[in-house]
Amino acid sequence: MKQEKSMLSPLKAWKYLVKEPVTVSKKDIFVKPREAADRYRGFHVNEHDKCTGCGTCSEICPTDAINMIVLPDQPFVDGKKNERPAFDYGRCSFCGLCVDICTGDSLHMTKEYVHITPDVNQMYFMPDELGIHQKKFENGWLRDEVSELLDLERYEMKHEGVSRKSSFIEIVKGFSYEMALAESSRCVECGVCTQTCPAQMNIPEYIRTVYDGDLKKGIEWIYKTNPLANVCGRICTHKCESACVISNRGDAVAIRWLKRYIVDNTPMDQYEAGALAYVTEKTNGKVAIVGSGPSGLSCAYYLSTLGYEVDVYEKNALPGGVIRYGGPEYRLPEESVKKDILMIENAGVNFICNTELGKDISLETLEEKYDSVFLGIGFSYSRPLPIPGSDNHEVKFAIEFLGQARDYNRGLRAIPDISDEVIVIGGGNVAFDVARTLIRLQEEKYGKSSVAMAALEHREILPADLEEIEEGEEEGLKYSFGYGPQAIKVEDGIIKGLHVKKVLSIFDGEGRFNPSYDEEDQKIIPAKQVYIAIGQMANFDFFNEEMKNNIEFFRGKVKVNDNGQFDHYPWLFAGGDIVRGPDIINGVATGHDAAKAIDAYIRSK
Amino acid sequence: MEVNKLKEVKLFLGPQHPGMHGNYSVHMYVDGDIIKKARPMPGMLHRGFEKLMERKLWMSNMAIIPRICVIEPDINEMVYAMGVEALAGVEVPEKATWIRMMILEMARVATHLFALGGIGGPTGLYTSMYWAVAERDLILDLFEKLTGARVYHIFIVPGGVRKDLPEGFKTQLGTYLESLEKKLPEYQELLLKHPIIHTRSKDNILLPAEVVHELGVTGIGMRSATGKAYDLRKVKPYAFYDQVEFEVPTATYSDALTRIHLKFQEIQQSIRILKQIIEKMPDEGPVKAPIGTGNALKLRVPAGMVYTAVESTRGEYGYFIVSNGKEKPYRIAVRGASYPQGLLGIERYLPGHRIDDAPLWMDTMGVCSPEIDR
Ligand code: SF4
Ligand code: SF4
Ligand code: SF4
Repeated sequence: MKQEKSMLSPLKAWKYLVKEPVTVSKKDIFVKPREAADRYRGFHVNEHDKCTGCGTCSEICPTDAINMIVLPDQPFVDGKKNERPAFDYGRCSFCGLCVDICTGDSLHMTKEYVHITPDVNQMYFMPDELGIHQKKFENGWLRDEVSELLDLERYEMKHEGVSRKSSFIEIVKGFSYEMALAESSRCVECGVCTQTCPAQMNIPEYIRTVYDGDLKKGIEWIYKTNPLANVCGRICTHKCESACVISNRGDAVAIRWLKRYIVDNTPMDQYEAGALAYVTEKTNGKVAIVGSGPSGLSCAYYLSTLGYEVDVYEKNALPGGVIRYGGPEYRLPEESVKKDILMIENAGVNFICNTELGKDISLETLEEKYDSVFLGIGFSYSRPLPIPGSDNHEVKFAIEFLGQARDYNRGLRAIPDISDEVIVIGGGNVAFDVARTLIRLQEEKYGKSSVAMAALEHREILPADLEEIEEGEEEGLKYSFGYGPQAIKVEDGIIKGLHVKKVLSIFDGEGRFNPSYDEEDQKIIPAKQVYIAIGQMANFDFFNEEMKNNIEFFRGKVKVNDNGQFDHYPWLFAGGDIVRGPDIINGVATGHDAAKAIDAYIRSK
Repeated sequence: MEVNKLKEVKLFLGPQHPGMHGNYSVHMYVDGDIIKKARPMPGMLHRGFEKLMERKLWMSNMAIIPRICVIEPDINEMVYAMGVEALAGVEVPEKATWIRMMILEMARVATHLFALGGIGGPTGLYTSMYWAVAERDLILDLFEKLTGARVYHIFIVPGGVRKDLPEGFKTQLGTYLESLEKKLPEYQELLLKHPIIHTRSKDNILLPAEVVHELGVTGIGMRSATGKAYDLRKVKPYAFYDQVEFEVPTATYSDALTRIHLKFQEIQQSIRILKQIIEKMPDEGPVKAPIGTGNALKLRVPAGMVYTAVESTRGEYGYFIVSNGKEKPYRIAVRGASYPQGLLGIERYLPGHRIDDAPLWMDTMGVCSPEIDR
């Protein structure tokens, strides 16, 4: 390009002297600030009530600008930690990755441009809805489905089709390696679920082992707080999953199925090494455990790992309680139960079966022979239903029936005596266990099935899991939900059906259980047998009179202090159903707590 | 002998930060106003990026790497994303690829403008500095609209880009390009034809073809000296550079003035490319493809190694990425485009020039200290 002739020619540029400047003058920076772009990554705001305290923002932060601060005053709630992020603007690079990964959808960036302060401490702050200047600003950068950094959709396990109903084949198939890996990669390892799990299981830690392919380590993590790994990997009520932070914006991580993946896929030698990793040297002390359900097993395992001599008394022929005689085979295969109990036995626990407290052995004897006694007797009796006709011999009870069915599955007895047209009363998970077991037995015996169900609650408020209701329907259960049983219709000693009335309300004005019915809407549901599954209870007859007077009972449970110890009887502990009501993982938790307390008690003696 | 010793004076260029050339330090031994010996002193901007990247998650690194080149940060995002995509075997959606090219070319214009403005400092022609910086700011406004940030955009990510185009963006960019085109003749007058620039840059700061080959200079330096249109966008096209028409300006005599000219012509070519991008980019379609499963904390890039490179304003800019299949990179090495001329070049070829030509030397040779220091 040719050079201009004159040195002065560039002076043309002076014409711009009279034009509007493109820059903002200093005085206008605060008075008339320029409007930032719609997706400007300005300063952080955090809706504190939506924030889960998961700390994921702090994990992704490239500059370590986010510290999680504990707020002791925040109430404890499931699905949330009492921590909130604080930001160091001396470090932040304003990348917005924290916003894009926020599990609670609480963190955003505003359109603010300027923060000026002579005080360095003011560069470090905990944003709430109003951010660093405590002033409402329009939102700038927001997460959208493109910038999303979480994986919100669950990798589903395969289920058996409806043909499953003609056998006791396990319904839910396990994860393949690829699927387990994919599912484990959805976890942000926040530990919010741990807080909610009754047993405080190290969930993110064991999910991590799936991602790292180190399953033996996974077994160790699981056994740290739960020796019923196989059982809980299949039928745990998974309270953790409802708390999982991913469920705020997507599907919860399949925590239970990942646990199942670990227990199903660890080679046996590594499994055993992991399960027995915590067994220590023998120590002096003998403990009796009454009942070999979840709480008893858990208590026995942990005491045994601490080196105590532990005898478990079981009234049935096989140890396991509800996991051996309750849960149906299609959810909880015998193999899983056996594996859990084998590990507990290998940890040194001694089982004494066919021995019932109060009949074959007394509590006084146990007190004499042992340093401490743990009661994990469970709710092992069915609650009766006092309606006309319920004394008929064709009226069966859930617990007895499920036990018979399991024994039949195990080849220990003949098929239970079931008729081809039955009705189940109850709407909880146990009622579904009974009904769906009946379908399978009927299919086997008659080649067809006819099982009706009646429950006081209508479908929306049924206590059973949604999954049970849907799968039961697929298998052909005939529902009469919202109908209360009035009488069992019996002619010449033979059951003809169940008389039910439409329920208007279950509780009265004062909140007491007192159902009212619609007299216009009643019917007889035909059936030849009636199965009652309206709840379970414990039998406390083994307590002597003095103990009965000293022990506080409420709603069929006993009152103990936090670690399971009875106030009046420091040598006596309890856990499981009779403390917290029926739930396997609560049983495991209370058993573990009691084991620690028994250890402390024996040491202090 | 004593007298001789006194004759030589040691002068420091940098490392204070008065403009573009001061954050790099050169110790100059001068005799009168002629540089006799030059010792480049890199490291003033060393932030250990390569090491740092080994300790950060694949995704978190996105926020760190743009800082390896302050004025043209997007090339870092692009080569990093290209490398991860190559290792993971991921195909980038069409629209995302166009958006990426748009970003890269906008950045090229902004960076060349900045460099042209930068000539104002060492030559005393400050108007060019003000103009170019203000002009670049208008591009930053567009970047702010598109990416949410003005300088460090952190917008190109493995798999695509972080968000779709905002409403009306193509039109806004189109309007801006027209205004820039209108303004270009004024820049010509102000800069390229200016007697001061001619006096200072014509037949000065020569870069012969042998030196290009000796040092391994790429980019404008190479093209201005050898006449070869060696531009990665042409010779090894990435994104959709094979689907747009543009020319690669070259010359066979490389003095500072030629290189300034080439920069200017590249701005014109980038405008041409940007206009085609606006034309060709589909309105609909995904802008990001998933890389593996899981959340960003768990992202693992399959084991392997890969070298990816793009044509930056200063030449070939590349990353050598090694992954061992874990959540963090095993090793990443950065090829800063100005490494050859910025280190060895200064040492060998700055001597012989006048003191006041040193910043001009660095500007027109395309020395960018952060990419040398990393
Ligand atoms: S914007 Fe980026 S650097 Fe700043 S706190 Fe969030 S994640 Fe960290
Ligand atoms: S990621 Fe979101 S929800 Fe979790 S702590 Fe950070 S701001 Fe709160
Ligand atoms: S499973 Fe859910 S709640 Fe638990 S650590 Fe993982 S992401 Fe957090």
